[in-house]
Amino acid sequence: MLLVLIDTEADGTPGPGTGDVLAVAHATGLAVEVVTTGAVPDGLAVRRVHRLRHDLLTDHAPEALGEALVQLLAAVHPAGLLAAATERGDEVLAQTAARAGLPLATRCLALCPGEPWSLTRVRSGGVLLEDAELTAPVVLATVAPGAAASGSASAPAASASASEAPAPAPDVVEFVPELDPVLARTRVVERVPRAEGVSLATAPVVVSGGRGVGSADGYAVLEELAALLGGAVGCSRVATNNGWRSHSDQVGLTGTQIAPDLYIACGISGATQHWVGCMNARTILAINIDAEAPMVTRATYAVLGDLHEVLPAVIEEIRARSGTVDRPDPVPVGVADR
Amino acid sequence: MTTPPDRADVVVIGAGIVGNSLAYHLAERGQRGIVLLDKGPLPDPGGSTGHASNFIFPVDHSQEITALTLDSMRQYEKFGTLTTCGGIEIARTRERVEELHRRMSSACAWGVAAELIPPGEVARRVPFLDPSPVLAGFWTPSVGVVDPLRTGALMRERAQELDALTVCASTEVLGIDTADGRVARVRTDAGDIETGTVVVACGVWSPRIARMAGVALPLTPAVHQMIDVGPIPELERTRCEIAYPIVRDMDALMYERQSGPDLEIGSYAHRPILHEPDEIPSIAAAALSPTQLPFTEEDFDPQLEQALELFPEILSRPGAGIRHAINGLLSLTPDGAPLLGPVPGADGLWSAAAVWIKEGPGVGRMLAEWMTEGVAEIDLHGADVARFGPHQRTPAHVRARASEGFNKTYGIVHPREQWAGDRDRRLSPFHAAETGLGAVFFETGGWERPQWYESNVGLLDEFAGRISHRPHEWDARWWSPIIDAEHLAMRERVAMIDLSAFTQFEVAGPGACGYLQQLVVADVDKPVGRMVYTPVLAPNGGFRSDLTVVRLAPDRFRMITGAADGPRDLAWFDAHLPAGGGVVLTEVTSAVCTVGVWGPRARDLLASVTPDDVSAEGFPFGRAKWITIAGSPVLALRVSYVGDLGWELHAPFEQGRRLWDELWAAGGPLGVVPAGIGVYGTTGRLEKGYRLMGAELDSEHDPVEAGLALPRVKAADFVGKDAYLRAREQAPAATMCTLAVDDHTGADGTHRVPQSGEPIVTADGARIVDRRGRPSVVTTAGAAPSLGRHLLMAYLPPERAVEGARLAVRYLGHDHPVTVLRVGRRPVFDPDDTRMRG
Amino acid sequence: MSTTAEPERRDVLVCIKRTPAVGARIALTDDGLAIDTRHLGFTMGPHEECAVEEAVRIAESHRAAGGTARVTVLTVGPPDAAEQLRYAISMGADEGVLVEVPTEELDPEPTAASILAGLRSAPDTRYDLLLFGTDSAVAGNAQAGIRVACALGLPMVAGVKGIRFDDSGLELRRGTPAGIEIYRVPLPAAVGVKEGINVPRYPAVTGRMRARKAPLRTVPGEPAAGGLRTVALRRPREDRPETVVLGSGAAAAPAVVDVLAELGVV
Repeated sequence: MLLVLIDTEADGTPGPGTGDVLAVAHATGLAVEVVTTGAVPDGLAVRRVHRLRHDLLTDHAPEALGEALVQLLAAVHPAGLLAAATERGDEVLAQTAARAGLPLATRCLALCPGEPWSLTRVRSGGVLLEDAELTAPVVLATVAPGAAASGSASAPAASASASEAPAPAPDVVEFVPELDPVLARTRVVERVPRAEGVSLATAPVVVSGGRGVGSADGYAVLEELAALLGGAVGCSRVATNNGWRSHSDQVGLTGTQIAPDLYIACGISGATQHWVGCMNARTILAINIDAEAPMVTRATYAVLGDLHEVLPAVIEEIRARSGTVDRPDPVPVGVADR
Repeated sequence: MTTPPDRADVVVIGAGIVGNSLAYHLAERGQRGIVLLDKGPLPDPGGSTGHASNFIFPVDHSQEITALTLDSMRQYEKFGTLTTCGGIEIARTRERVEELHRRMSSACAWGVAAELIPPGEVARRVPFLDPSPVLAGFWTPSVGVVDPLRTGALMRERAQELDALTVCASTEVLGIDTADGRVARVRTDAGDIETGTVVVACGVWSPRIARMAGVALPLTPAVHQMIDVGPIPELERTRCEIAYPIVRDMDALMYERQSGPDLEIGSYAHRPILHEPDEIPSIAAAALSPTQLPFTEEDFDPQLEQALELFPEILSRPGAGIRHAINGLLSLTPDGAPLLGPVPGADGLWSAAAVWIKEGPGVGRMLAEWMTEGVAEIDLHGADVARFGPHQRTPAHVRARASEGFNKTYGIVHPREQWAGDRDRRLSPFHAAETGLGAVFFETGGWERPQWYESNVGLLDEFAGRISHRPHEWDARWWSPIIDAEHLAMRERVAMIDLSAFTQFEVAGPGACGYLQQLVVADVDKPVGRMVYTPVLAPNGGFRSDLTVVRLAPDRFRMITGAADGPRDLAWFDAHLPAGGGVVLTEVTSAVCTVGVWGPRARDLLASVTPDDVSAEGFPFGRAKWITIAGSPVLALRVSYVGDLGWELHAPFEQGRRLWDELWAAGGPLGVVPAGIGVYGTTGRLEKGYRLMGAELDSEHDPVEAGLALPRVKAADFVGKDAYLRAREQAPAATMCTLAVDDHTGADGTHRVPQSGEPIVTADGARIVDRRGRPSVVTTAGAAPSLGRHLLMAYLPPERAVEGARLAVRYLGHDHPVTVLRVGRRPVFDPDDTRMRG
Repeated sequence: MSTTAEPERRDVLVCIKRTPAVGARIALTDDGLAIDTRHLGFTMGPHEECAVEEAVRIAESHRAAGGTARVTVLTVGPPDAAEQLRYAISMGADEGVLVEVPTEELDPEPTAASILAGLRSAPDTRYDLLLFGTDSAVAGNAQAGIRVACALGLPMVAGVKGIRFDDSGLELRRGTPAGIEIYRVPLPAAVGVKEGINVPRYPAVTGRMRARKAPLRTVPGEPAAGGLRTVALRRPREDRPETVVLGSGAAAAPAVVDVLAELGVV
């Protein structure tokens, strides 16, 4: 039997990565039971849910939860314990592993029971994969986001049928660990809701400009687009060197290395020094006059042309579609219909 | 991504500054069907063009390199990519101050404005520099930084506008196919291109690409370290890329320049770190770019201390850190010069490699001329890729010399300085005997040649009072007064000179005579046993070579040329062989050894060892005969490069030792001395005004100017004939002259001796330039012991080329008065050649 | 930061790891067991660099407030890992400890054991704060710091992007999609630092000169294998799609906005 630790959101839905970890757990062919500290989400295709109950576990508390899991392992003797490889999941299982004196494999894509267990895990943010063996009385592992879709965890028939049939409500078993009150020391004591505004390092969208911007004033159009998209403005080293932007805006080897969902590179040729700063962006849109520029050839999308022609047109188009600004001319039907 | 076309007239591989410039200039000259390939993306494909420091100091001691640099600066300026900021080379040592004076001479010679400035002036121009370690600065206002990537992009654009160029980035060359020794096809990962002309402009990758066509390029990638320190508030405040002069800390072998808010520090002082062209990481595998390798801190640490001495304050600014640090790759060659021109061994393959940013555009322009006209405006013999013999193209030689040459980048290099690595490569059969005589060996083309013999030290007493003296260490470096003594002993008695380093080749077959006629100026259709000395011209009528041609048989000729120029000459003659056959070209250098015997007793010496007739009547001047010496067949040539009676004796290599010993034994009673190349190449030659290829003779000068035009022009057509005929009809723009130094007293009152390369100026110090813009520069300098004078050779424009005219030579910033002794070919010593012809 | 309640001396330990500075494509050794580092330089991970920066800032501000402070940087690795220690010292750390093991890539359990061995080698030193990178750059096992903290009985929070000393100990901040979680832990404590907590400085020239001469203490590690064993490294299948060219000039704007809409950013 495999235990799977799941996180439950405030609204009762399973936390991030739950699907992946359940898929990988089912793919081992072993029976799967769930552990949670919160509400039991609906529709879990498992027979049993172990609910941890303790005053120290009412909010995230890595040490207390790690210790509680050690006690649960001792009580139910599973073959292993899995969690999603989120910041929390990795942290809690590392606490469990450290306290139980067990090895831990983080960020796995697939696990295969055996003597020893074999597994595949993600390295360097996915640029590399590692095949590894895990020798342990109880297997501890976290499961990387996207594992279910990676194909490595092709679910066997048992889990497939389980997902097709309406799942019967699982048995919920309460487990009350004995926790030293001192573990309260690592516990969330306060929360600050997400602030308005975006920083370069964390912005989901970054509109970045290089040599092609041409001047400090030239960034106004980038600022405007970034504001529309809820993003931040970045720049290349040329811009910093020319005094167009401050160094804190610099993306690249000697600036900030970022991984936004969308990186819009305007007039940036994409020298490696810059590229390493933005290569982890999920999507790159390059706007450049040179079709052979590396930023263009490596981008997901490209527009060929002068950014000072392209960006104003894009801004106008966004405003036109959202209808937030009076348009001088009616939008052509063809465009509005898109 | 552009797919390459199936065929092209020219394929240029490598889209760095050199490849772009070449494509552009070819297009401007009317070439169409050009394809430019690079395996990297544009505009920065990942080679050295993308990470170079991009500054240009125009003054170099080499005229060729300075000319390429000045041409490049004009091009960068035209494209608007040159920012002039000025530059200062600073001296921390007395020796370097002298070197800066020599740089002043070169600046004057090449017409570049420059000034020696005191430390306070250095600090005024670079306010954040601490002048306390500085003794002097060499200020060049025209120093600038350039943007070679932008320049390259503009050049491509222009060539594309002319519809001459297809650019294929991210296209890797997989192979170069040849057929019958000729380039036929470039194979790429995007398809094959049929072509007859391929240019390798691939920087550090060039050897790898050339090898695909079966030829070796003598180049090794090597590391040059650079760091950026910043942000530094006073630099940031300028809000521009560069606002202060670039500083070259010459004695530390470093430079410091502003790069936006940073100070960039580069070094040529660390240990030589060589790489293999095959081991350069791919674009994808490299952390930065393939030519920006991981920085090795320990190599740079000593340089940081030197940099801190000069820039203690700004390098210690709070918040200023080492933001960028790389081991940048650059290209090194065995002699440090570029690799340009047709590559011997693969017809249609051209090299444009080992070029710095400062020369890139100029190299592109010159190579485009060379490819379309057969010759470039700037003489490129020092950069000709064909200058290397086979052993010089081996990795062992390249690595040995490149390692040694790396630290000379900012070094003080004496014009006669010898290499230490990979010596004793080519030894004549006389080598053991010479070693026993205390020979001091200088190397040419891999050959070890005695420059003088320490065993002759006793001659200094014999000729006391007639030997030139050089009290200053620099003037006397790589030199000995024994040379003068050997010279005088030769003039009075007889000398034996080892000339085995001559490059010799034979041309044979039914077409041999006709083939030679079309390549050389002189008429070689002479009776068997005659020899001629002849210029070999480039298509523009300038010198390609000069050599001796001996007719050995009706269909067989022996060609004898210098060791240094042998590989170039061989490549030239090989490239012109008739396609249909009928002529066989065979190099015999390694089969033949040569000893020259010259002096008034030379005939007595030769007569005592040979049964053959060597009398004045039996063996006249200008004849070649087979004679027997000590049982060996010897080809004897009655000729002289030192102006005395005597012969070149050419023998089978393996019998050389016997020949030497026989002559040596027989010469004893006649007072024979061994004499070195110091006599043969300088003092003896200079007294007779004989010209040397690479010194007096180059493709920028024609035979009329050199005084080597022949009395009659032969009927047969030959390369350069049209230009030669035109030159004969015009008054020359300059004439080769022999001058003598009238006063050796230097600025500090000591006796100084000009070495060569110095500008000739008017008596009141004005620079002399001929109507074609060519400066008057000392091409050879040396003693004339027979005359007790120090002679100089130089081209002078007609108004200065007047015997008896008083001019000056500028040596170390001081003008020494000189007098024009001879205009043209007539020698200052034995002007009627009576000794030689006696 | 209050000065009155500050202890006189503050000792911070930062654990860093030597890791290859890889390019866009990582080359592997022929046996597939390691990254081919022949052409690569080495560095410490970005999280660890931030941890060093944070430690140096803590020491600087403590000193500015009149206290004394010392930043010790420790690594587990081969002798070449001294390069990373010196880099940290050039950033402002005071001293380095090299826990020597024969390989750059050690499993998490022996890594933790070796760090503990390094700490035991100086039993008189009591650290107020142990900083780790939240995970290492290449291996990403994300557990060595927690194992060390557990062994020492110290509280540990990972993924931290804010550290502030207060009267009772430390206030730690970490980001979640919903906002920021705040923890208050007593000293001594261990923290896994995440990039973004600060912008690490570049080493000063003078710092580099100091680091060159700084003595490093070398301690033997405990490299006995743990339960996790690497069998092979490999690259995932690369399917890099061709760039989709949306058009040229202003005319491309509608296509661009279509893409933005598809990505959910407008």
